[in-house]
Amino acid sequence: MLKKRIIPKLLLRNGRNVKGVKFTELRDTGSPVTNARIYDAQGADELIFLDIEASGANRKILYDTITKTASEVFMPFCVGGGIRTVDDVRQLLLAGADKISVNTQAVERPDLVSEGAALFGVQCMVVSIDFKRHGPACKVYTHGGTVATELDVLDHAQQSVARGAGEILLTSIDRDGTMQGYDLEITKRVADAVDVPVIASGGAGTLQHLCDVIADAHASAVAVGSLFHFTDQSPIKARAFMHVRGIDVRSERTGTTAI
Amino acid sequence: MSNRVAIIDYGVGNLHSARNALELAGAEVVVTSRAEEIVKADRLVLPGVGAFGECAKNLRASGVTEAIEEHVLQRGKPIFGICVGFQLLSREGHEMGIHPGLGWLPATVRKLETGGLKIPHVGWNEIEPVVDAVLFDGLRRSPTFYFTHSYALVPDEPGIDAAFCNYGERFTAAILRDNVFATQFHPEKSQENGLKILENFLRWNP
Repeated sequence: MLKKRIIPKLLLRNGRNVKGVKFTELRDTGSPVTNARIYDAQGADELIFLDIEASGANRKILYDTITKTASEVFMPFCVGGGIRTVDDVRQLLLAGADKISVNTQAVERPDLVSEGAALFGVQCMVVSIDFKRHGPACKVYTHGGTVATELDVLDHAQQSVARGAGEILLTSIDRDGTMQGYDLEITKRVADAVDVPVIASGGAGTLQHLCDVIADAHASAVAVGSLFHFTDQSPIKARAFMHVRGIDVRSERTGTTAI
Repeated sequence: MSNRVAIIDYGVGNLHSARNALELAGAEVVVTSRAEEIVKADRLVLPGVGAFGECAKNLRASGVTEAIEEHVLQRGKPIFGICVGFQLLSREGHEMGIHPGLGWLPATVRKLETGGLKIPHVGWNEIEPVVDAVLFDGLRRSPTFYFTHSYALVPDEPGIDAAFCNYGERFTAAILRDNVFATQFHPEKSQENGLKILENFLRWNP
């Protein structure tokens, strides 16, 4: 059977990893290449890198980081942040990324998703959706959570899939970094409505949270930040915990590197 | 023994991982779209990501198909096809229209029939090898590999299947015929198991 995936999510700023709370209060969490090696050794299933600087001037740092990571670890990884054109997509793939995550442009210029899917395949195009709740409504935010749109999260997810998104990375801004658990209700609503995998993101604070969002909210994968960065939990411990609770995760230890 | 591997570069994306993984497995690697490098190589790797038709078109445009076919089909050079590089060995692919493949294998490529499971099939899944081949040496029972695809290669009849995988349906995860080995999954992205299978490929003498 297809395994549920445990995916460390690494935010990049100026070639370093950082992590915050609700997209602010960023703290340095180390070197991305070293972190990638550690997560690889711990048998993480995949990695997500999101460049939150996303300015043109720092693109070279991002490409270098991706290329170094690709030469050290033999696992899939997704890269996002500041991608505006199919040429940006191509450059990141050539630098060593396997998939590309688009967020702001999936709202502002949604054709980028279909163009990328036609050229590089739907498996390559991940649409990242950041959302906040406003009472009963649930709105999509762009520009690293700073700009509110009028888009409803479910509509945007469905439209993105129709355009060629192969996966949805769904992040609750309200929960991000709080370690209080994923937004199960919204995750379930989106996961049940689209026929591509949904990666739940924002709020993981215990290993039970990972089980809950898979078992109760039907996520295909869990993105994890603070829980792995700031506690003594790791992909190894997560797998053991989830396996015992009946979640179908990889049981082999298959990292490439030793630590 | 020299172990020179030519990864065929026909303009389809990320070849870093394949190169680095093969180097780690002990190969001397050249990433190339030149016929003379294909002649010099001991083994070939045909990668591929993206849409079948686009990949088939780019491979043909690269001008190395003849050299590859001469060295694989006539001279018996071992080749490893990966993902769309595996699917391209078929007669034709039915992804956004019908596109001819290389036609080495009696097989076609069609959309996965998952019975409602999510598509693409993305992530780690177990394979079940059905042939006793050096390529699978040293792997545990039901080893997991990384897949990311929406289409599956379907042989006309059994006989070339080397491994299966289950995802809504039981589909061909690897084929083996003479000196041709190919996998739907990505060994270069499959951590320890992937490196093992690449090492096995380097010491495979069909």
